[in-house]
Amino acid sequence: MENSRRTFLKIAGISALGLSAKPVLDAFALDIDMLNKKINAAPKNGALTAKRWGMVIDTRKLETEEALKPMIEVCHKIHNVPVHENKRHEIKWIWEEGFKHAFPDLEHEYVNERVEHLPFLVLCNHCKDAPCVRACPTKATFKQADGIVAMDFHRCIGCRFCMAACPYGSRSFNFRDPRPFIAEINKKYPTRMRGVVEKCNFCSERLDEGLQPACVEASNGALVFGDLENPESEVRQLLKTNYTIRRKVALGTGPSVYYIV
Amino acid sequence: MLELALKGSKRYYGWIAGLLAVIGVGFGCYLWQLSFGLGITGMSRDVSWGFYIAQFTFLVGVAASAVMLVLPYYLHHYKAFGRITILGEFLAVSSVTMCVLFIVVDLGQPMRLLNVMLYPTPNSVLFWDMIVLNGYLFLNIIIGWQVLQGERNGVAPPKWVKTLIYISIPWAVSIHTVTAFLYCGLPGRGFWLTAILAPRFLASAFAAGPAFLILLCLLVRKLTKFDPGKEQIQTLAKIVTYGIILNVFFFLCEVFVVFYSKIPEHMDHMIYLFKGLHGHGVLVPWMWTSIALMVFSIILLVNPFTRQKEGILLVACLCVFFGTWIDKGLGMISGGFVPSPLHYVNEYVPTAPEIAITIGVYATGFLVLTLLFKIATSVKEELEGV
Repeated sequence: MENSRRTFLKIAGISALGLSAKPVLDAFALDIDMLNKKINAAPKNGALTAKRWGMVIDTRKLETEEALKPMIEVCHKIHNVPVHENKRHEIKWIWEEGFKHAFPDLEHEYVNERVEHLPFLVLCNHCKDAPCVRACPTKATFKQADGIVAMDFHRCIGCRFCMAACPYGSRSFNFRDPRPFIAEINKKYPTRMRGVVEKCNFCSERLDEGLQPACVEASNGALVFGDLENPESEVRQLLKTNYTIRRKVALGTGPSVYYIV
Repeated sequence: MLELALKGSKRYYGWIAGLLAVIGVGFGCYLWQLSFGLGITGMSRDVSWGFYIAQFTFLVGVAASAVMLVLPYYLHHYKAFGRITILGEFLAVSSVTMCVLFIVVDLGQPMRLLNVMLYPTPNSVLFWDMIVLNGYLFLNIIIGWQVLQGERNGVAPPKWVKTLIYISIPWAVSIHTVTAFLYCGLPGRGFWLTAILAPRFLASAFAAGPAFLILLCLLVRKLTKFDPGKEQIQTLAKIVTYGIILNVFFFLCEVFVVFYSKIPEHMDHMIYLFKGLHGHGVLVPWMWTSIALMVFSIILLVNPFTRQKEGILLVACLCVFFGTWIDKGLGMISGGFVPSPLHYVNEYVPTAPEIAITIGVYATGFLVLTLLFKIATSVKEELEGV
């Protein structure tokens, strides 16, 4: 009796272990490249599509903090980004930084006076080779077929590995329930719960409906959005005719946001 | 053998009751954290990992150090360690238990923990860390239990245990290597972006772990009738000596590279930790204390006359333990986040509930350690007929 119970428990234990290991083994059974393959979903009718979305920010048209405000406000409003009093809990998708913070590797003591005081709009760079995508242990952060680094708020376990991995400080964590701190909830976009990470999504929900990102729409032409892999696109034309800089290029992440200074 | 953990003196039960009380307080705070969110901690947008992850990192090292007993005993047939390998393995079990708990309390959404297995992601180092930590936990539970049971029954443990033992040796190295890879593969974090991080982690592990084990051996000798042995303790002391010297050496290599190359992204973190940056330097006294403790312990350990005196050895081991604890448990993680990638200096200080949860996790680990050590020492007492 003793012996058979013991044997039973042993077999049950080993089977349980085996079952839990199955999905892990399945992952290895897949071609490793498959795992990194971009998620492909058929685009909706009328949706804006691209091979790799990118943005050009013309700072010549955005000389003051006031000029940046409408873009930041509209983004945070439509995406239900809460306003926390405690700076530690702050959530931001798009915000303003000085040159020495946005481009710490380019800053020097004799930097041009205009640039030194110029407010730079910063957001997720939707990197070509994003360190956050590499770090995420659940694929809650993933690369879409159109180059957008997207997030599944419902899969995120809140380990914050992506925040450590991002060299641009583009990610925020919900240190507490954000809902009481949203002035007016936009029902067309989900609110988040405490304990998950979030960031700019290049307005992929708007692209699906054929709309440009909200910040681009509010920018009076200072922000241009388009397909980096299409030589005819407006962004490519701008990149061809203007000298642009990107943030921390030496890290090899391949940011998709360009700045005309 | 489990029944051995139930038979103890009043002092034993008192200690367990005390631990349970501390665990209770920690658990209460954890429930608070669970309902409010991680906002009750001192972590922020800029310092997004804090005390929990730092303790995790330190304890992975303590866990890995079991290999310093297993390797000499099984690979070099250094018989003296046969007496205490079980203590090392059980220390590893309790340390990994704490590591896993620290990861869980650090998660924003702990109920989604299984997503790591449901959506396995081999390109994430965290996925591998999950595998190596759990593997190491099971290896040590199974090996420790089988060997002890064999010893108790006067028979050799089953043959397959030997295979697991050999696997456990590189596995111990892997847990701390993978843990270092969590940090040192991140492009924008200059403090961690160094190939010496994994070796440095291992060196400090092989100092801190055996130092703690020496302290435990001295305690076991005092509290039970089982004597882990003078020779065993002295051999461990030599291992601690090599470990701590290597740790300081690796650290100095890092200091040279950072300050001779003068690359700001690497240098600023060091300056923040040891001198303060832009008027912020909450960790400066701690870091220098850590250096002082490590250097002082080397002086005590290198000299055979002081090392061989167990009273002095005890002091040296305390210095090693707390010196490496400050290095990894305080400086290593928040130091990597300050200054931030956008070059802001936002400091991190843990809050009271965060510390209570941390102490609660430590108490859980000590509870596991107490129960396992009680079993192990009871078996040893039985065998020696004392």
